Amino acid sequence: MKMELIQPFINAADAVLAQGLQCCTSIANISMEEEGYRRKGVAALVWLTGDIEGRIIFDLAPETAVRVASRMAGAELPESDELVRETICELANQVIGNAVTTLNDEGFHFRVHPPVLHTSDEGSRSSEDTEALVMCFETASGNVFMNVALRYNRRRQADRAVAAGE
Amino acid sequence: MEQFAPVRRSKDGQPVRYLIVDDSVFARRNLARMIESFGGQVASEAGDGLAAIAEYDRTDPDIVLMDITMPQMEGIEAAEKIVQQHPEARVVMVSSVGYQENIVAALQRGARHFVQKPVKPEVLYEVIKYVLGDEGSVINAAGAGA
Repeated sequence: MKMELIQPFINAADAVLAQGLQCCTSIANISMEEEGYRRKGVAALVWLTGDIEGRIIFDLAPETAVRVASRMAGAELPESDELVRETICELANQVIGNAVTTLNDEGFHFRVHPPVLHTSDEGSRSSEDTEALVMCFETASGNVFMNVALRYNRRRQADRAVAAGE
Repeated sequence: MEQFAPVRRSKDGQPVRYLIVDDSVFARRNLARMIESFGGQVASEAGDGLAAIAEYDRTDPDIVLMDITMPQMEGIEAAEKIVQQHPEARVVMVSSVGYQENIVAALQRGARHFVQKPVKPEVLYEVIKYVLGDEGSVINAAGAGA
């Protein structure tokens, strides 16, 4: 997978987590996903379609989600399934929105689909052209996992090249 | 959360009333907390663009904080419809998707300003004061408008 596709998501996750949690974050681990995706906690999945296609998964333990939500809200919040779901989806929205902003300003056009909860324990294996990169961000509130599997949409790029040549 | 010098309506000294539009309850809750720290009041909330139009008609808020990506009707279209019906409406777009095309489209269709998520309270506070202009007054510690 091309790093220029991944870097905006790393930068966005770092910025959103650091601002929202008002703490430093660090990437504890980066690995290529070789097996199918294994959910670690509660996960939100966002699909991208367009010049760049693929999916991003945000995955947090429920207790981490509550700590993140409380930190972002500036008050202790009681744990509930709704709060956990909302926190993970909003975190995914903010990180992906910021990354998409960067990529769009670089000339890539695509659609971001609303986050959906990823409920199965395992996902499908990534393919050769959509290898998944798994990152673990260490924060004061706990670990946040981001799994990114993206590829250039070659057909669209070819269409553009043809159109530009006409 | 940090407290800010309250911003009131110049015409009657009452709290500024906000309509918060976002499909995320979590995001709405966070914005509501910020608004309270500015001395404002949540007039109503909506989870999509269609509900936002109805809530604007019902509550006549001073400011609308509008997300962009929402189900039913997206924020830019809802902002346009509100401003068409209420040219005086002050709509501030609040979205994580802040690329140039989106911002320009929102401003061209009637939004007054754009704030990118994650929202920094101090940024939103300044935007609120700017958008209110002479219609808003900052109340200093002694209670007098500044």
